[in-house]
Amino acid sequence: MTELLRPQAIGQDLARRDGPDKVTGTATYANETPVENPAYCHLIQADIARGRVSAVDTAEAEDVPGVIAVLTPGTSERLSSTEDKELAVLQTTDVAFRGQIVGIVIAETPEAARQAARLAAVTCSEQTHDVSLSADRVDLYKPDKVNPSFATDTSVGDVSAAMDSAAATVTETYTTAMNHNNPMEPHATTALWNDGQLTLWDSTQGVHSVRSTVAKVFGLDKGQVRVVCPYVGGGFGSKGTVHAHVVAAAMAARALPGRAMKLALTRQQMFSLVGYRTPTIQRVRLAADRDGRLSAIALDVVEQTSRIKEFAEQTAVAARMMYAAPNRATSHRLAALDVPVPSWMRAPGECPGMFGPEVAMDELAERLGIDPIEFRVRNEPARDPESGNPFSSRHLVACLRDGAERFGWADRDPRPGVRRDGDWLVGSGVASSVYPASRQAQSDATIRFADGRYAAEIGAADLGTGAWTTLAQIAADALDVPLDLVDVRIGDTDYPFASVAGGSSGTSTWGSAIVAAARAFREKYGLDPADGDEAQGQVPEYQAQERYALYAFGAQFAEVRVHADTGEIRVPRLVGVFAAGRIINPRTARSQFIGGMTMGMSMALHENSVLDPATGHVVNHDFAEYHIATCADAANIEAYWVDESDPHVNPMGSKGVGEIGIVGTAAAIANAAYHATGVRVRDLPVTLDKLLPGLD
Amino acid sequence: MKPFDYRTATDMGTAVAEVSGRPDARFVAGGTNLVDHLKLGVAEPDLLVDITAVTSAAVEDRDGGLWIGAGVRNSDLAADRRVRERYPVLAQALLSGASGQLRNMATTGGNPLQRTRCVYFQDVTTPCNKRVPGSGCSAIGGYTRYHAILGASEHCVATHPSDMAVALSALDAKVHVLTPEGERSFPFVDLHRLPGEKPDQDTRLQHGDLITAIELPPSPFAQQSRYRKVRDRASYAFALVSVAAALDVADGIVRDVRIALGGVAHTPWRAYKAEQVLRGQPAEVASYRLAADAEMADARALDGIDGGNGFKIPLVTRTLVATLRDLT
Ligand SMILES: Cc1cc2nc3c(=O)[nH]c(=O)nc-3n(C[C@H](O)[C@H](O)[C@H](O)COP(=O)(O)OP(=O)(O)OC[C@H]3O[C@@H](n4cnc5c(N)ncnc54)[C@H](O)[C@@H]3O)c2cc1C
Ligand code: SF4
Repeated sequence: MTELLRPQAIGQDLARRDGPDKVTGTATYANETPVENPAYCHLIQADIARGRVSAVDTAEAEDVPGVIAVLTPGTSERLSSTEDKELAVLQTTDVAFRGQIVGIVIAETPEAARQAARLAAVTCSEQTHDVSLSADRVDLYKPDKVNPSFATDTSVGDVSAAMDSAAATVTETYTTAMNHNNPMEPHATTALWNDGQLTLWDSTQGVHSVRSTVAKVFGLDKGQVRVVCPYVGGGFGSKGTVHAHVVAAAMAARALPGRAMKLALTRQQMFSLVGYRTPTIQRVRLAADRDGRLSAIALDVVEQTSRIKEFAEQTAVAARMMYAAPNRATSHRLAALDVPVPSWMRAPGECPGMFGPEVAMDELAERLGIDPIEFRVRNEPARDPESGNPFSSRHLVACLRDGAERFGWADRDPRPGVRRDGDWLVGSGVASSVYPASRQAQSDATIRFADGRYAAEIGAADLGTGAWTTLAQIAADALDVPLDLVDVRIGDTDYPFASVAGGSSGTSTWGSAIVAAARAFREKYGLDPADGDEAQGQVPEYQAQERYALYAFGAQFAEVRVHADTGEIRVPRLVGVFAAGRIINPRTARSQFIGGMTMGMSMALHENSVLDPATGHVVNHDFAEYHIATCADAANIEAYWVDESDPHVNPMGSKGVGEIGIVGTAAAIANAAYHATGVRVRDLPVTLDKLLPGLD
Repeated sequence: MKPFDYRTATDMGTAVAEVSGRPDARFVAGGTNLVDHLKLGVAEPDLLVDITAVTSAAVEDRDGGLWIGAGVRNSDLAADRRVRERYPVLAQALLSGASGQLRNMATTGGNPLQRTRCVYFQDVTTPCNKRVPGSGCSAIGGYTRYHAILGASEHCVATHPSDMAVALSALDAKVHVLTPEGERSFPFVDLHRLPGEKPDQDTRLQHGDLITAIELPPSPFAQQSRYRKVRDRASYAFALVSVAAALDVADGIVRDVRIALGGVAHTPWRAYKAEQVLRGQPAEVASYRLAADAEMADARALDGIDGGNGFKIPLVTRTLVATLRDLT
């Protein structure tokens, strides 16, 4: 157990410290970095999905006025490490997916660079490509592990026997669509190579991880690479690891020492270069006795990865710990296709993996004639079914009950397709949420004192989430000083090492490091420090991991309306109740929950990257065609939390809030759409064409 | 983006002369469609002639109808009281399109001339007969959710994306055009053409023809009109299908009716067959169904990835019946 901070600044509803700079436009993002006389890059991309580049004729491109250079596989520098094939930019003439970088134009203006990229004549010898995921492919394979290091398959007891002898069962296949993370700020890098020193102003979720990756790729010392990123216009995981364009920008900079390079991806390029959520095919089996006690849970997942780099989304892991059932089995199988490399997208694993099972729970509850909330409550495990460890805190039932009351669940008529309000069929649905309360192994912080003020320094990232503000709150309480005496310095590798903002671990990890530094500072200098005093601290080992199952939980409720004539679907109300430890800042936390739920609704109803098997690329690759929920779709989204303070997770008692909001939302909406219409849609997104055949 | 010259037109005649005299010259109005195409490489003009200062931005009462200058912005037209009261279908269609910011820029002349949203048309790395005649049609067998069920050809299955144009088709509007030879006007329903063998030609305009105004004739029953757009999200999405309808009912009998469909064809689709079936029939759901079935008799679904577009046929029928029912 950790000694918890006495919350003074923690828990206060505070506006973002970076807010005024952002709304007045003075916060500089990566592409706006003020550098002298920049040149601009535009990427040349393969328009085949598999094959080989036989020639790149750059003559016409080089004739465009303002073009400085065109880098191709034949002319670019050889990288020091090509181990990560996604990052081996221009190191091979092999084309592994459509959209792969096959050249970089450097020009005096972005327009000239783009025009020249169009004119570069890339000749390819094309091979037959294969981009189609299906569960009956013969070449599905079992990865050694799934992300980051979970067992690929698990099996306890005998699921088949339990299915055979159960009072009620569900065996269904559910699918989630390919989704692309689309932060408002497209990925961008400004790069400068000068005197053996590489500086990258990059839009990233972690400056230190960019530094170590880029140093390795180029064979540089970490000390030769500085990465700066004070502000990020959203990432959602797509800026969590280095993608090829960062290497391209650095390459361009190294080709022209002393000249800063700017590279910003277009929206269309983001659909092939910065990762995406794999589509998933989920076969779910559930078995229960008459009283609604689960005897079996099984989830078998088929998903895709790229041929050049494995990414095994941990889709089935949540099913291993969510509910009590003596017989459990999960598996993951991958198809390696000629597609771009999948990557992290908000709540990887849990987000897709809580769709199939949570809809199946709804189906089984109906079969048993038990209320879906009650059904979940009856299957609440006393301990983590998988590890046997106790939960450090688990308030799923409290979330379900509290949400039921707020939502007005009590008088719900379970019959589907019987409520009508004018032209609209009305229904409601529920699903559970879960997300691990993780902490990264490494992060360091420094506390400094000068002129009566304290500064907490750590190379952390604020993706628009609120870290600038919440880290100050944590530092203030750790130092036991008023918040307005505390400054925070983040987003630069010149500050101490910070883990990446991912897995909802940022605040927990960086906050723990800041608390350690603050405690070291007080120990060293007492309550009356002198100018220039400083102390370091690092995140302690996460010992609780060995003894406890550490998770945040939540319950999501959706009201869905389906137009009786057209099948159009609207979600007038979403209610989410979460148990995510102590809430550091209600304002920024609420915005994370609501943002997650909105994105979950978007996944439920809209987001669908349409991969054309003929061309091998996502054809609806812009915001007019790849639909994301608009304000008009997000009518009334409410997020609440139950009081929880978990002494096992960190000195703040807090769990991450960035991802859990997207987990379960899609299932709650699909369940509500069924309740409204009697049509069970098991394939995301739930669109009107899937409901129409079942409407009168 | 290919470099181009840019000129602000001094008057409409000069603008027409400048554009018609140069094969790669284009008019630009709000720019909300054309500028996207410049960035994507879909359009590569060498000269843009900005006509916003010379086309009329006024809506005038003329001969009992309305005369709408080509420069009138979509948002202004939607807000015009005369339009809202006398031609509600048009105001509704405009407001259902794009977003507030886009409507503030988009013009009466530019809107009907916006090009298809076919994803392959907008992607220069894929074959497309409309963009490069003879290169093939990537949509056939591809992503067809937003594609045609009526009037398509083996060369192109794209749809016209404008909402406003669907309403104008139902309202018997007229287009006024300035050509190098002088002024002419013709029915709005004749502006667009089916793809046939020449999908690169969206309309019957010649290069350099300038739309100067759209005329709405007086209509005794356009007041009884409505636009119903069915789309994949609550706002800011192109139509899957849409219905513009005006209905004149007396003593329970359909005296007259105008119907146009959106999202179904290469043109805004005036549903003459449905209209014909309906005239003189009882104003009730059974008649509306017969009318819809008559119009859909020639509809052809497209296979394709992600389920194709077969759902549009029942969707049109259901939406048309519901729209007429709500108008009754
Ligand atoms: C994200 C997005 C969503 C949208 N959603 C919708 C929607 O839901 N529904 C909808 O209907 N529309 C929608 N639109 C399209 C929008 O309505 C059109 O882009 C707009 O109406 C075009 O008008 P403009 O004046 O900007 O045309 P411009 O882009 O300036 O011009 C379009 C074309 O018309 C030509 N042109 C312009 N004026 C004249 C004239 N007077 N005479 C001859 N030629 C002329 C130009 O040369 C050009 O070829 C959307 C657009 C975007 C970008
Ligand atoms: S449908 Fe028409 S616009 Fe689309 S690809 Fe085919 S030819 Fe081009």
